[in-house]
Amino acid sequence: MTAVLDVRDVKKSFGGITAVNGVSFDVQEGEILGLIGPNGCGKSTLFNCILGQLVPSAGEVRVDGKLVTGQRPADLNRLGVSRTFQLLQVFPKLSVRDNLILAGQEHRGSMLSRLFGPSDAGLTTTADQMIGFFKLEHLANEPAGGLSYGQQKLLDAAMAFMGGPRLVLLDEPAGGVNPTMLGDLKERLIAINRERRATFVVIEHNMEFVMSLCSRVMVMAEGKVLAIGKPDEIRANPAVIEAYLGH
Amino acid sequence: MSKHSRLLLVALAIIVIAGLIIIPMNFNRYGLYILSQWAVMTIAAMGLNLTLGYAGQVSLAQGAFVGIGAYGAAILTTHGWPLISALGLVIVICFIVGWLLGYPALRVQHHYLAFVTLAFSTLMFLVFRNESWLTNGIYGISNIPRPEIFGFPTRKPLPFYYLCLGSLGLVTLAMWWLIRSPWGRAFMALRENPIRAQSLGIDTRRYTLMAFAIGSALGGIAGVLYAPLTQYVDPVPFNLQLSLDLLMMVIVGGSGFMLGPFLGAMIAVLLPEWLRFAEGYYLMLYAAAVIALLIYSPSGILGILDRYLSSRRTQAASALRAAAQSKLEAAR
Repeated sequence: MTAVLDVRDVKKSFGGITAVNGVSFDVQEGEILGLIGPNGCGKSTLFNCILGQLVPSAGEVRVDGKLVTGQRPADLNRLGVSRTFQLLQVFPKLSVRDNLILAGQEHRGSMLSRLFGPSDAGLTTTADQMIGFFKLEHLANEPAGGLSYGQQKLLDAAMAFMGGPRLVLLDEPAGGVNPTMLGDLKERLIAINRERRATFVVIEHNMEFVMSLCSRVMVMAEGKVLAIGKPDEIRANPAVIEAYLGH
Repeated sequence: MSKHSRLLLVALAIIVIAGLIIIPMNFNRYGLYILSQWAVMTIAAMGLNLTLGYAGQVSLAQGAFVGIGAYGAAILTTHGWPLISALGLVIVICFIVGWLLGYPALRVQHHYLAFVTLAFSTLMFLVFRNESWLTNGIYGISNIPRPEIFGFPTRKPLPFYYLCLGSLGLVTLAMWWLIRSPWGRAFMALRENPIRAQSLGIDTRRYTLMAFAIGSALGGIAGVLYAPLTQYVDPVPFNLQLSLDLLMMVIVGGSGFMLGPFLGAMIAVLLPEWLRFAEGYYLMLYAAAVIALLIYSPSGILGILDRYLSSRRTQAASALRAAAQSKLEAAR
């Protein structure tokens, strides 16, 4: 079976610094891969290389077997690759519902058909389902900028799913989210993963969250893959304990 | 918005539109000229409001597009073209030139972009002034005819004012459609967070170019009305000053608000007339008023209204919460 995401020997250097130094891995359909490692080990740079925000200095990225290295983020997104950001990235002046409609509108029809089509691009129902799924009903008409940090994180995640993506890369979804809401978020992610066969790659520092959510975990250190395996294997790996988890 | 306040808004709009149609019937020639100018400048400012207010791309070239429109209309109609054909050609030209002017915006932003567009503005001024074979240079083009619309001549000031007002109405409807379409949402996404917009599949390149192209085309439309309004065009009105004035209209009115350009153009075109009693001091008073406004409300006149409405909404929400709280306590 073709992997949903196949990364081969990706390198990225900025001047004299090599942030990502020959990383290879693949992710199978329906899998949730955790990506952990100390700050500055190249996780976010790797994400940006996969997503076209940065062009890798070397190496290849394939989505469903199709070579996508260096494609623009917008084109990649329309191919079914979606993401959330480490720092909050919602549109503060648009309402929660409009944020979600915006997140889905470019996935159907042509630019011209959207100009003359309905104002909501036919997405109000889908958006409201997503709002219900993430329990944001009471906030649907509020400007997103007025939401609490945790609520904005949920919205951010919800936006990543509006286009019905094949592959979602989540950059620290749990950062700054309180424990109750975190449980909620995990439940939602697992539900979407099961129901829609969506494949995830998750960067996260919260070990409990990663170990309970992911089927496999990849550890990075100094731009390279240190280890990859099941959560239990990773926990027991002496090199990982040395570099990251601590004794 | 509640049903009640929407009804109120519609009623208010009808009163204003009726006022704009009926009251000027008693105006003299000069009053009608000023009011027509207001309508024309509002159209140009609406274009800039799209580029700057909604899509977040700074432009100091809107005046140049008004100039292209005015010269286009002046040259073509004095050669016997009907104004409507001149309009069609000007829209196409301004759309294309605006699209091309958008390319620098893909690489530079904010004040750097302002300088690029400023250079274009200066360039166009030089073309208007120096390419005498086309524009008749500093002597300008005179005897620009006013059109007949469906057989009605608009030679007199009142019918011509109605032509400007009608055009403003059509442009407003088109703009309203554009802003509430998915394109409007994409433009705002471009302004608020282009990186996130890209990650959601929004082709930020194409939308940036489109914002420039449509905004510039609206500048061209304003120019096409400007030429038969003044019946004489020369290079001076289309220098950088006009671009700066249009920028001020957008910002003073409320950048990114649908009705901002209407108020902004009103202040820029009408306030100097009202301040005439102050004679030599009028520019000073005018400048002081604008400075005071922008200190008090950097988001313009409509920004004040917006703040007032959202604070009232917050108050209403906390009143509801308080009521629910006391009910809860009474139940205990």
